[in-house]
Amino acid sequence: MRVGLFITCLVDGLFPDVGDAMVQLLRRLDVDVDVPLQQTCCGQMHINSGYGSLALPLIKNQVRAFDGYDAIVAPSASCVGSVRHQYEQIARERSDGQLVNEVQDLSKRTYELSEFLVDVLGVTDVGAYFPHRVTYHPTCHSLRVLRTGDRAIRLLEAVEGIDLVALTQAESCCGFGGTFALKNSDVSGAMLADKVECVVQSGARFVTAADSSCLMHIGGGLTRAGSGAHTIHLAEVLASTR
Amino acid sequence: MTYLGIPGAPRGVGHLRGEEPFPDAAREALKNTQLRDNLRNATTSIRAKRAAVVAELPDWMELRAAGAAIKDDVLANLERYLLELEANVTRRGGVVHWARDANEANAIAVNLVLGTGAKEIVKVKSIATQEIGLNDALEVAGISAIETDLAELIVQLGHDWPSHILVPAIHRNRSEIRDIFLREMPDVDPELSNDPPALAEAARRHLRKKFLSAQVAVSGANFAIAETGTLAIVESEGNGRMCLTLPRTLITVMGIEKLLPRWRDLEVFLQLLPRSATGERMNPYTSMWTGAVEGQAFHLILLDNGRTATLADPNGRTALRCIRCSACLNVCPVYERVGGHAYGSVYPGPIGAVLSPQLTGIDDNASLPFASTLCGACLEVCPVAIDIPSMLVHLRGRAVEYRQQESRLPSGESVVMSSMSMAMGSPRRWNAALRFLPLSKKILAHRRVVKFLPGHLSGWTDFRELPTIPRESFRSKWQRQSKTQP
Repeated sequence: MRVGLFITCLVDGLFPDVGDAMVQLLRRLDVDVDVPLQQTCCGQMHINSGYGSLALPLIKNQVRAFDGYDAIVAPSASCVGSVRHQYEQIARERSDGQLVNEVQDLSKRTYELSEFLVDVLGVTDVGAYFPHRVTYHPTCHSLRVLRTGDRAIRLLEAVEGIDLVALTQAESCCGFGGTFALKNSDVSGAMLADKVECVVQSGARFVTAADSSCLMHIGGGLTRAGSGAHTIHLAEVLASTR
Repeated sequence: MTYLGIPGAPRGVGHLRGEEPFPDAAREALKNTQLRDNLRNATTSIRAKRAAVVAELPDWMELRAAGAAIKDDVLANLERYLLELEANVTRRGGVVHWARDANEANAIAVNLVLGTGAKEIVKVKSIATQEIGLNDALEVAGISAIETDLAELIVQLGHDWPSHILVPAIHRNRSEIRDIFLREMPDVDPELSNDPPALAEAARRHLRKKFLSAQVAVSGANFAIAETGTLAIVESEGNGRMCLTLPRTLITVMGIEKLLPRWRDLEVFLQLLPRSATGERMNPYTSMWTGAVEGQAFHLILLDNGRTATLADPNGRTALRCIRCSACLNVCPVYERVGGHAYGSVYPGPIGAVLSPQLTGIDDNASLPFASTLCGACLEVCPVAIDIPSMLVHLRGRAVEYRQQESRLPSGESVVMSSMSMAMGSPRRWNAALRFLPLSKKILAHRRVVKFLPGHLSGWTDFRELPTIPRESFRSKWQRQSKTQP
C-alpha cells in the first residue's frame, strides 16, 4: 500500500513536530509513508472565506500531488473534511466533469489519522506510552463532518500509562473557525474562554485533538490565561513511546 | 451568477437588517453578562429537552428526510400549490391577497383593518408580520396592535425586539419581566412577584380584556394545506384559539413557502416541529381553520418579500424549507454568546444568517454569512436537514463577489487571499514562502509588534498568544533528511 502523508499547510509551516510524529507513528506501524512535496494547501481557507475560485488551483494541485497513492492520511479532520465535502461542490459549480471524477476518487482515498489507524490498519493499540493526565477535545470537523465517533478515544484509551479524563461540554466548538477567529474575534474569544475553563477544570496537563488549528487557538488561550495545561496533537500522543 | 432582477425585501420597512455589521453588534452584546447568563441557561435546558424527545423516535431520520422532501416538492412546484391554496380558501369564503413585498402586505393589512373601523387589534404567532414591520404601519394609521403570545407581549411592553424565533424574550429573565409588567401594565398588582405562575397570571388578566373587546385579529401561520385550503397554527398558550375565534375579522399573513401539499403531510410536520422547537412531544394547542366561518371574515395575505429571489439560487433555496423551529439557534455556540439582536433581523442565529441575506439581497446583510465557525451543530439538529454550513460558505462567496463588484480597489483580504492562492498554487513558490517563516519569527519576537498587529490580525492577539514559530518547516526538514538518507 502506497501511503502519502497529507501534511496540511498549517502543520508544514507552524507545527512540524506534528508532522514528525505522524511519520514516526506510521513507520512504527510498518506503513511505508511518503511525503509528496508537490502538495501545498488543500484550499479550505479560501473556500471557507468565500474565495472558491482561488481555491480551484489548490484543489487541482492536491489532486496531482496525491495521484497514485492508495491512501492519503492527514493530521487534520478539517482539511480531510474539505477534500471530502467541499471539493466536489466547487468542481460541480464550475461544471468541470473531469475534476468532479478526480476529486471523488481523491476523497475516497483520503483519511484523517484516527480513521486511517482504526479503519484501514485495523489497530487501536498503537504501542504508545504517555504517562500524563490528558483530556480529548473532539473538534467539530471530527465530530460532525467526518463523524469519526469514538475512534480517537479508543486509540487514546489503549495508550499505556495515560490518565484520560473527561472534558465537560466537549462537543462545543472552541471558537476557532478559521478566519472567524479574526473577523469575529470577540465572539471567538468568548467561546475560547469557555473552552479554556473546561480544560482547566478537567485537571488535565494536556488537551489533545485531531486538528492543529483548533489546538493553536486553544493553546493560545491557555497560555494567555496563564494555565499550566498544554496542547498536544493526537499524533504526538500516539507517537510517544517509552 | 446573474439574478434576473427578482425583487428582494425592500429597504426602509420591516426588520431584516441591522444598523451595524454583525461583528460590531456582537461585540456590544458580549458586554452584557446578564444576557449571556440568560441565554446560556435557556439554551442549555431547551437543548437537553429536544435531544431527549428526538431520541424517543426510532424513525427520526426518516421523518427528517420526509420533511425535507415534502418541502422540496413545495418549492419546486410553488406556483401550482399556491394557486391550489388560493382556489380552496376562496371556495370556502376566504379572501386571498398577494403581496409582492413588505410594503404591499402592510398596505393590504392596514386597509383591511381601517375598513372595519377597529382602533385596536390582537395578534398571535406572526414573525412574518415582524419581518414586514406591520405594527409600525398600523401605528402610522392610528391602530394599535396588541401581541398576545406571552413572550411577544413581554418584548412589546419592554419596547424591545424579539431575539429568538420561538422564545422572543429569551434575553429577559423573570426579574426583568416583573419589572416590565410593573411599569407597563395599567392595573397590575403592585406586589407582583417574579414567580413564573404569577407572571403568567398577570399577563392572562391583562390579555383577557383585549381578547374580549378586539374586533380584528392578525395571525401568522405555521402551515397552509394546498389541497384543502386549511391553515394551521401550533402554540402553547391558548392565545391562538382566542385570536382565531373571537374577533369578527381574521387576517393571516404567511410567507409563500409555508405551504404543504396535502393534509396528510401534517403527520410528518406535527412530529418534527414541536419536538425540535420546544422539546415537547406535542404542543398544547394546534388550531386549524379552513376559509371563513359564520360570523367571521377571513383574509389571507400571501407574502413574497424576497422569497422568490431566494428560490432563484439553487445553492440557497433550501433555506426556504425552514419551519421556524429554532433548534439551530438553541445549539449554535455563536447565538448562545451574543443572542438574537446582534443579527439585526427578526430571523437570528444560523438560519437567520442564511435567510436574512437572501431575503434582502447579500448587499444589506453581507456580514451575516461570516457569523459562524461552521461547527455544524445547526445541520445536525435541523428537522428538515437544511445544510446551513454549506449554504453559509456559498453565501460568503456571494458576499465576496459583491464586495469586488462594488469597490474598484481590491480589499486587503482579497489581496492576501490572492497572494496565498498564488504562493500555494505551486510547490516551488510555497517552498520559497515557507523559507520566510524564520524571518517572521524574528519580527514577532518583538512583543510590541505582536501587540499591534495590523487590522484583523490584532483580533487574534486580543484573546490568545501566537504560536511559537518553528525554526524550520516540516518539508524543509524532510527534504534535508531525505538527502542524507540513501
